[in-house]
This record gives sequence, structure tokens and C-alpha cells, in this order.
Amino acid sequence: MSALTNSLGSFIKSSIGRKIIVAVTGLALVLFLAGHLTGNLLIYAGQEAFDEYAHFLHTFLHGTGVWIARLGLLVCFGAHLWFTILLTRENKAARKGYAHQATVQAPKSSLIMIWSGLTILAFVIFHLLHFTVRTDAELAKIGAESPWKMVIIGFQNPLVSLFYIIAMTLLCSHLAHGVASIFQTLGLRSNRTAGPIRIFAKAYAAVIYFGFISIPLAILFGYGSDAVK
Amino acid sequence: MSHLNLTLKVWRQDNATSEGRIETYEAKEIPTSASFLEMIDIVNERLIRDGEEPIHFDHDCREGICGMCSMTINGIPHSKERGITTCQLHMRKFKDGDTIWIEPFRANAFPVVKDLVVDRSAFDRIIAAGGYISVRTGSAPDAHAIPVPKSDADAAFDAAACIGCGACVAACKNASAMLFVSAKASHLNHLPQGEVEKDQRVLNMVRQMDAEGFGNCTNQFECEAVCPKEISAQHIAKLNRDYLAASAREAVAP
Ligand code: HEM
Ligand code: SF4
Ligand code: FES
Repeated sequence: MSALTNSLGSFIKSSIGRKIIVAVTGLALVLFLAGHLTGNLLIYAGQEAFDEYAHFLHTFLHGTGVWIARLGLLVCFGAHLWFTILLTRENKAARKGYAHQATVQAPKSSLIMIWSGLTILAFVIFHLLHFTVRTDAELAKIGAESPWKMVIIGFQNPLVSLFYIIAMTLLCSHLAHGVASIFQTLGLRSNRTAGPIRIFAKAYAAVIYFGFISIPLAILFGYGSDAVK
Repeated sequence: MSHLNLTLKVWRQDNATSEGRIETYEAKEIPTSASFLEMIDIVNERLIRDGEEPIHFDHDCREGICGMCSMTINGIPHSKERGITTCQLHMRKFKDGDTIWIEPFRANAFPVVKDLVVDRSAFDRIIAAGGYISVRTGSAPDAHAIPVPKSDADAAFDAAACIGCGACVAACKNASAMLFVSAKASHLNHLPQGEVEKDQRVLNMVRQMDAEGFGNCTNQFECEAVCPKEISAQHIAKLNRDYLAASAREAVAP
């Protein structure tokens, strides 16, 4: 037992161990995003289908399903946040900058991971208060009746939509580097697979990006407006 | 033969504890056939004639094999030219009137000793932690005593080309030593002679790397872009994989 806890302890303290935790939790969040997007796109299937889907989520396993998922996501998100901040601080402390700075091939997205990540954090807090906790009493009343209507009305506010689109842009940047990084960190990348992995990561980021932003854009351009009058 | 007149912005630092600063020097009448180190030699000769302290820098072989000539040129270790060390860089790569920034390899694990000279003994301690195989010395074994598949021999040889120069650390935004450590581990882990101590090697080398204060890899691959021996970052992927497996085996069967 002590051998197990010892090696687990040194794994969590090691640079590679921490990176692997970041990659695994990142992977879980990446998979969650794919599922979340698929569900969200049901908005285009109309009020009934979307409300039914929302109802299904909340009643799955007699209502415990959604809580199991929330707990899992919270653990992954928390661990990802904790270890990325830790790693970033260590990295900043590991060296002094050059008077003449230069970068050879590191993509821009890889240089702003902490900033894209923190934007996602700010967005997630806002997003949960907005659509899950529903701090706006009026929106909460509409949400209880029809989540579909709540989303339409929520995004009819241009400021909400703008923040959403900005956050998704940074999420896209985070994923363009992050998804490719998962393969390298978990030891699954080689010279032969490097090209395809890079393309896959960019394609995944693009699908997530356009999928998510299509919703506020469609609503701003009038989708569903006749139904919520 | 054509000549160049250049402006140098050079990091000067009296000793390990003093504050450093950038100083400006004129490098006049530099032949395009000179190497980068010869260019500094010419500037130093003038500094010595003028009674000033010459620019201190590390060098030894001057033919790209010893890895001593650590210098960051315009923000890029060993300059922006691919696959070469500073001593293999020629002045014909520069234009008349250029300003060249010359700084030491930057990493807290590589403290500056003087001017452009840094202390890279952290690398020696990583090697001592696991970059070896335990065999009886004495008469050399027959070359074909242990058969090695060609692909493994090639992979090991690619990794073994690392000269320990430290450019990978200096280029990394996080001062991570992953390319160096992965090359040294990969070199031995690919071979049957290294297989025996593989897990312990990986665990010990990574632990020593962390203890030296190098940063964490963020998969930006600046290291492989500046490596004079063009060591591939796929060795880092292998190190990650080997480290995970070694940690798991250590946990269940110590
Ligand atoms: C939906 C949310 C998120 C997803 C899908 C996600 C995904 C990922 C992925 C896949 C990686 C690459 C892991 C690797 O190195 O192999 C990563 C890295 C990173 N993430 Fe996130 N992330 C999310 C939220 C956040 C948040 C809230 C932060 C806040 C600080 C953050 C900060 C970082 C940083 C700094 C890295 C770079 C770590 C490194 O390269 O060593 N991420 N993320
Ligand atoms: S991996 Fe390349 S850059 Fe790093 S120490 Fe070895 S030769 Fe130098
Ligand atoms: S002086 Fe030996 S590699 Fe440059």
C-alpha cells in the first residue's frame, strides 16, 4: 500500500505526471464538449425535441444521472484548472526572458493557453449562472416551462451572444493546440502521425467552434423569434 | 572577399551574482568567410587592444560536435539556421549593417557564469541519474553478440546524436529539458543493453530533471526546431509513455 501511495505521490509531483493529468482531464472535457454540442444542436429540431432532450437529461436515472455527470465534470475541470495553473507558474519561474525574443515554430494558440483557459473559466461560471442556476428570475420562469424558449430569449441579448462568441473563439484556440497536445503528452504521437494529429485537432476545434457559435448567430438573425413573442 | 560592418548587442555579466546588461559593440570589417565565433574573436582582439574586457564565451571543437558554443542569436539558440551549432554558423548568413543580439542560453537551471558562459552541469547530474548501462568493463564484446533490429538501432542512433548542448532548454519558453532527457533515455531504452534498467532509468532521470528546476513541456516543439542534431520531439512522446509505464509498474510491483 505504501509503495502504491508513494509512487502515486511522486507521479503527481513530477512534471510528466502532472502533464498526464492535464491531458486526461482535458480529454474528458473534449469528449464532453462533443456530447454537449450534439445536444445543443437539437435546438434546430424545434421546441418539442429540445425540451424533451432537456427533460431526459434531468430525469435520467431518476435524476441522479445529471448529478453524476456534473460531479465528474467538476472533478475534471477542477483538476485541469489546478494543475495547469501550477504548471504555468512553474514554467514562468523556470527562466528569465531574452532581451530579444523570438519564436521559431510554436503556434500562437500554444502561447496563450493560460489566457484562453481562464477565459473559458470566466465563461463557464457565467454560463452556469445564466442557463443552469438561472439567477435571472424571469429567465428561470421561462426555463422551467421551456428550456428551448429560455435559450432563444437568452441569446436575443446581443451582449450575451457577443461574450459567448468571444469565449468560443478562445475555446477554439485552446482546442487547436490542446487536442493535438493530448496525443503527445500521452505518448501517442510519432513523426508519422504528427501531420494527421495536427489536422485532426484543427478540424475538431473548427467543428466545435462553428457548431456552438451557429446557435447565437442563428438566434440574432431571427431564429425562433416568432415563437417567443 | 566581401566584408560586413555590424552592430552587436551583447549580454555582459561580470559573474554569477552580478546583474547583467546589454552592451553595444561595433563589429567592423568582418569577412563573410568568418564563422560566427571567429567574428567574436575579431571583436575581442580589438577589445583587448583597447584595454577592455573581452566577451567571454564557451567553445571547444568548433566543428559542431562538442556542444559547448552556447549562444542565443537574435532570440534563437544557435541562430535561426536549422541543424547547426553556433560554431557552424557563417557570417555570410548576415547582411551589412545588421544588428545582432547575442545572449547566453537562458534557464534558471543553467546559471550564467560570466557573459555568455553558462553552467550546464545540471545535464551531467541527469546523466549520472540514469544515462548509462551497467555492464562489466574489460575486453569489448563481439559486435554481433547481441542482435539489434535495424529499426531499433536507427532509432537509438538518431537519439544518440544529441551532443548535450542545451539549445533545447534555451529555446523552450518553459526552460524544459525534455528533449535532452528524452534523447538520452531513448538512446538506451531502444536497445537490448538498455532494456534491463529501463524503468529505473526513466524514473530517475525525470526526477533529477525536475529537481534541477527545469520547466514543464507544453508541446510547442521549439526544442526540435533549434536542435543542431535535429532530434525529433517524438522521443519526448516516448519518454512520456515510458514514464507512465514505469510509474505504473513501480506502483504495483516495486
Ligand atoms: C472546456 C474546457 C477545457 C477544455 C476542453 C480544455 C482542454 C485542454 C486540453 C485538451 C489540453 C492539452 C493537454 C495536454 O497538454 O496534453 C489543455 C491544456 C491546457 N489547459 Fe485546458 N481545457 C479547458 C479548460 C481550461 C481552463 C478553465 C483553464 C484555465 C486555466 C485551462 C488551461 C490550460 C492550460 C494552461 C493548458 C496548457 C497546459 C500545458 O500545455 O502543459 N484549460 N486544455
Ligand atoms: S537534444 Fe539537441 S538541442 Fe537538446 S541538448 Fe541534445 S543536441 Fe542540444
Ligand atoms: S564549439 Fe563544439 S559544437 Fe560548437
